[in-house]
Amino acid sequence: MPATITPIDVERDRKRRPDDFDHGGGKRPPVDHDKRTGGGGDGENWGNRPQGSRGPRERLTRYRLFVFFGLAAVLMFFAAIVSAFFVQQSSSHFDAYNRYINEWLPTAIPPIIWLNTAVLLLSSVTIEIARQRMFQEVHALEEWLGLGKPTSERAMPWLAATVVLGLLFLTGQWVAWNQLHVQHVFMSSNPSSHFFFLITGAHAAHLFLGVAGLLAALVSLYAARQLEVRQIMVDCVAWYWHSMGLFWVFLFVLLAFFQ
Amino acid sequence: MKPSLTPRAGTTARRPLLARLLTTDHHHLGIAYLLLALVSVVIGTTLSLHMRIHLTWPQVPLERILPGSYLPIVTIHGTIMLFFVLTTAPQSGFGNLVLPAQLGTRRMALPLINALGFWITALALLVLCASSLTEAGAPLSGWTAYPPLSAVASAGPGQGPGMDLWLLSIALFGIGATLSAINTLVTILRGRCTGMTWDRMPLTVWGWFTAALLSLLAFSVLLAAITLLLCDRHLGTSFFVPTGDLVNGVLHGAGGHGDGSPLLWLHLFWFFGHPEVYIAILPGMGLTSMLLANFARRRVFAYGTMVATTLLIGLLGILVWGHHMFVAGLSPFAISAFSISTVAIAVPASAKVLSWLATVWRSHPRYTTPMLFALGFVSLFITGGLTGPILAQPMLDQYLHNTYFVVAHFHLIMAMAGIFGVFAATYYWFPLITARDGRPGPLLAEKLGRWHFWCTFLGAYATFLPMHLAGLAGQPRHYSQLTGIPNHAGELMARLYPLNSFITHAALFLAASQLLFLANLVRTLRHGAPAADNPWDATTLEWHPDLLPGAPEQEGSAPIAVYRAPCFYLGDEGETFLPQWQSDATDAANQE
Repeated sequence: MPATITPIDVERDRKRRPDDFDHGGGKRPPVDHDKRTGGGGDGENWGNRPQGSRGPRERLTRYRLFVFFGLAAVLMFFAAIVSAFFVQQSSSHFDAYNRYINEWLPTAIPPIIWLNTAVLLLSSVTIEIARQRMFQEVHALEEWLGLGKPTSERAMPWLAATVVLGLLFLTGQWVAWNQLHVQHVFMSSNPSSHFFFLITGAHAAHLFLGVAGLLAALVSLYAARQLEVRQIMVDCVAWYWHSMGLFWVFLFVLLAFFQ
Repeated sequence: MKPSLTPRAGTTARRPLLARLLTTDHHHLGIAYLLLALVSVVIGTTLSLHMRIHLTWPQVPLERILPGSYLPIVTIHGTIMLFFVLTTAPQSGFGNLVLPAQLGTRRMALPLINALGFWITALALLVLCASSLTEAGAPLSGWTAYPPLSAVASAGPGQGPGMDLWLLSIALFGIGATLSAINTLVTILRGRCTGMTWDRMPLTVWGWFTAALLSLLAFSVLLAAITLLLCDRHLGTSFFVPTGDLVNGVLHGAGGHGDGSPLLWLHLFWFFGHPEVYIAILPGMGLTSMLLANFARRRVFAYGTMVATTLLIGLLGILVWGHHMFVAGLSPFAISAFSISTVAIAVPASAKVLSWLATVWRSHPRYTTPMLFALGFVSLFITGGLTGPILAQPMLDQYLHNTYFVVAHFHLIMAMAGIFGVFAATYYWFPLITARDGRPGPLLAEKLGRWHFWCTFLGAYATFLPMHLAGLAGQPRHYSQLTGIPNHAGELMARLYPLNSFITHAALFLAASQLLFLANLVRTLRHGAPAADNPWDATTLEWHPDLLPGAPEQEGSAPIAVYRAPCFYLGDEGETFLPQWQSDATDAANQE
């Protein structure tokens, strides 16, 4: 027997494996040449499939993400305005007689805004009902079998109710503005009224966009043939609507109690 | 497969003009963004040459440049260069051209949103051009539009309708940028191919990802600030108009009772403005890492750390806005905090430089044109970066604020480094830009490219290095006249005249060098021979033959999958390399 042992083939020909180098992080990455974790990761292995066929909710989640990122941007928009609110509330000046003057005169909230808030919260309930009705499996299955459009038919009234409630809220805000105008409180009156009209106006503009989205969703219930498209429309508008309701609650508390 | 919602990249089938204009194809949109940036950069460069020539030879009658018409040139130059060139080209242009393929996908996650973003951006450019043509006068408040003057529409010729259009243009640009940022984020989150884990994403993708996050956070704050400013201008509010704001003998701001604060605008604007400059530079940083590694045939030194520093630069970038306001009357405590956080950015930035140097250290790189531009990026980033901590010192900034020192600093680190990143990307990805029907297009000519690089490199340093000296001597920014001034200031300016004259000559040389690039572009588009499938022996997915623009999507072929991190080279000189998409099985077969 020779004294030396020839190493077996595998060891002698040991090539550098693709995963055999480190990133400089000190830790060797695991050997994972069949690591199948695509963009998905919902635990159902949809990520194993090529894009475009990663499960029934692939497009839905994309559009939801679009709405959520968009809402993050809107949140930053309102955060900037709210921080300006606090800055201006605490700013002041000395007049010619060296008197300390703060121009901020708290704006009294017209009582109708309480009612508007209730209407907006109610609209959140109606749109949530509409949203859930778009996703009920029994009805989705019925539609898949070609038995009409039960999901859309059942969601439509609630969606329409949300449009009505949304318009009611916007009208209510307009009435509140008019009530303030009657009391000679205008946007240019003083720092507090600047912010009252700006915040209600900016929120109303966003809600107006939401009403437009609702109308588009209503149209899509009739115009779109794919159930998926209708689900995406209603679902995205619903999330946007909920968030506008939530933002309004915060803005309302700010205007009502932090003046 | 509905073609309108799920377009394939680069399909060149003959379609009606309108359908081709309203395409949602990310490849076409990327080219459209690059063309938009090219038009903008030509306008912006022309304006900067106007300024330099007027400063040095005021007797040359280019057109009547009075103080009131010099500032609009500064304003439009800054706005167009920062927004429409340095933000659109790296982030939106190359993001559209390359990002989906680098993730292993054939389409963007939200093609319609993406196209909408482009059209809003194009509209913003038109509105900006319109703003400079209004009869009442072009906007002249600089790209920062500080109140109280900008908050009073009747303050002067440049603050009227021109200013309104300028604000509208920037607001539109912000909306477009936000939409395309959301598309980028969703594509990266949901569109990655099999095996493309977060730690295998190329650093370019990390750059686009971080810049998109910053866009999302920053532009909406800018929108809020613009809303407040427009209210001040037209609805009689006084968010930014201080009490007793006397302009042209008229009291402004809610009848003189305002309590508004111009400082508030500075806070809101720079909360956006500082991240904005990182949006411009982060994609270039990622690209530089990848290019240096590819041409040095090395892995990127400290890959994970590079990912972390990219995110850290983004995070610190939104915490340092106050360093633009050291002389604006901040509290000394706030100044200290902003100074410290600003100096802290030097840590991740130095880590990046260290990684770039370590990646190429004692390698034998192929000095191709994209590699040269990437090295130029490193050089300019270091030179421009070194003056950053200097300006971050409140004491030094007291002296240097609004001098040419600042001009030199941000032109080197943001404008020149950013443009070098764009050039590196253009030379590197040109076959992808011009690809058709699944075949790569031609490469830009190397020889002409090298001439272009060296001329640009020398021109950039010759133009902007002397500005440091001018700034240290006290030469102020934004002044339309540096000659013919009486008294001490005149003596100072007279002594600096040779320096300024040199800067102008260098700027003319720098601009003229770009004609080499345009010549190269035209020549290659006319006579260039198609490049090889993977001309740079790259390892990232954009060179995958099935992912080239217009490549047919075969039924039943193996789906695109990723098997390893990028930059995998074997052998001393990296002769062999394994692209991300090559499986181990094919690797073993190749090595037999």
